[in-house]
Amino acid sequence: MSVRVIARLDIKGPNLVKGIHLEGLRVLGRPERFARHYYEAGADELLYLDVVASLYGRNSLVDIVARTAQEIFIPLTVGGGLRTIEDIRTVLLAGADKVALNTAALRRPAFVGEAVRRFGSSTVVVSIEAIRQADGRYEAYTDNGRERTGVDALEWAKRAADLGAGEILITSIDREGTGKGFDLGLTRAVADAVPIPVIAGGGAGKIAHVWEVVVEGGADAVSVASLLHYTAIRHVDRAETAGAEGNTEYLRRNQPGFSGVDDATLPEIKAYLLARGVECRPTPSVTSNV
Amino acid sequence: MSDAPAPRVAIVDYGMGNLFSVKNACAQAGMSAAITSRREDVVAADVVILPGIGAFGDAMRALADLDLVSVLRDVAAAGKPLLGICLGMQLFMTESHEFGRHRGLGIVDGEVVRLPERPEGRRLKVPHVGWSRIRPPAAAGLGEAPAWSEPLLGAVPAGDFMYFVHSFYCLPADAGAVVTLTSYGPTEFCSGLRAGNVVGFQFHPERSGSSGLRIYANLAASLHTTWESGNGRTAGSEIRTA
Repeated sequence: MSVRVIARLDIKGPNLVKGIHLEGLRVLGRPERFARHYYEAGADELLYLDVVASLYGRNSLVDIVARTAQEIFIPLTVGGGLRTIEDIRTVLLAGADKVALNTAALRRPAFVGEAVRRFGSSTVVVSIEAIRQADGRYEAYTDNGRERTGVDALEWAKRAADLGAGEILITSIDREGTGKGFDLGLTRAVADAVPIPVIAGGGAGKIAHVWEVVVEGGADAVSVASLLHYTAIRHVDRAETAGAEGNTEYLRRNQPGFSGVDDATLPEIKAYLLARGVECRPTPSVTSNV
Repeated sequence: MSDAPAPRVAIVDYGMGNLFSVKNACAQAGMSAAITSRREDVVAADVVILPGIGAFGDAMRALADLDLVSVLRDVAAAGKPLLGICLGMQLFMTESHEFGRHRGLGIVDGEVVRLPERPEGRRLKVPHVGWSRIRPPAAAGLGEAPAWSEPLLGAVPAGDFMYFVHSFYCLPADAGAVVTLTSYGPTEFCSGLRAGNVVGFQFHPERSGSSGLRIYANLAASLHTTWESGNGRTAGSEIRTA
């Protein structure tokens, strides 16, 4: 069984952004450019998460998805603000292959079952953003880690699988954007609890972290963001971003890299995994431009 | 009836799956393709692609509601290239065991069964989601470069990775129909089949990067050959299925 390495792109308005603990978002550039770069570098999938849930309108998520889908030929999962069956249909018609459901599913779990019946299990990823509590349990949060729900993350993962979800994306908000490594205990607990594939997210700051969450956390797939973005930014044309809205201070400094995370590319991650006996799809040599 | 020219590739829309990516992959390979639910478009096309994601029973019901069952059987019988992807491939079979028993299109003899979650005592995640290798069924002798019997796989390296997302797989009655095999843990399954003009892939070539796009390019090239040789076209609806 091959492990998947998924490039996660958090999107705000027209921009790729990155925060820490899902907050303090800085603008990194145009998501389509990064998506194209990761596709060519051998990403196994792409994950677009709209942090402000602006599905419709000018420069909306739907537009970005449609532009991306025309030039990448790997699976694209889209999440953020999907509240209705019609919302799901809209992003699928724009070219998404799967959807990630979080807030709307937690508010009304039956939504997961309805989405599964309409679009099939394999189209529905339930995204769980969890924060570790003082008693060691994990609680599911919504709205980018701002709203607590009182729902136990592990119980919710099991319930989502029972409702027919095809995959679980489990993100540790405690680790998200920090580069300190994945929450291995959380990942292992979810991976053991559900019969469906589990994608680990939040915390990759070194290539070794990716390996660790597969071997020790039992992850079937790994989502990485900062680890790739701060390296990729050197390869992606940023000219377009000059007039970008939002917190562009990072871009203007023009000093790529980020103190919390190593430089890493997808071919390096794949080579590292393969060298340590973790099966994955190597970066196709013909299309690699890194 | 519209006066628009018939699409060379008809991507059958029965409300299930990401048809957009199939259309983009066709465009990338230089094929004009249309997403359609109309019988006449399917009959007029040079190639018919049956994609699909979701449940087998729902899919057969949707095809029946759209009155597309007989036309797909006609396309198969007429010798026109018919490509099934993922659930589309499974629909070709005689029957499926997904949530009970469902009759399929019956174009290819065989059945559809579920991936075991505990094969040989090992725990496997189902659905099978991700990139897995495809290889020729008759693994040639050691040291011998295995070759595809399937022309659509031309220039795809044996053992290359393709993207899968499925819980069920096809068991064709005729082992000779199997053109690619894939392993998921200890389970080995048919990931590609051909019966005459009918080809099915369990993986998604349109989501399998440059390797998958090669399959669409091969399809475009085969279409071109048929086109040049002239009267390869048959009015599908005039042909009765056996």
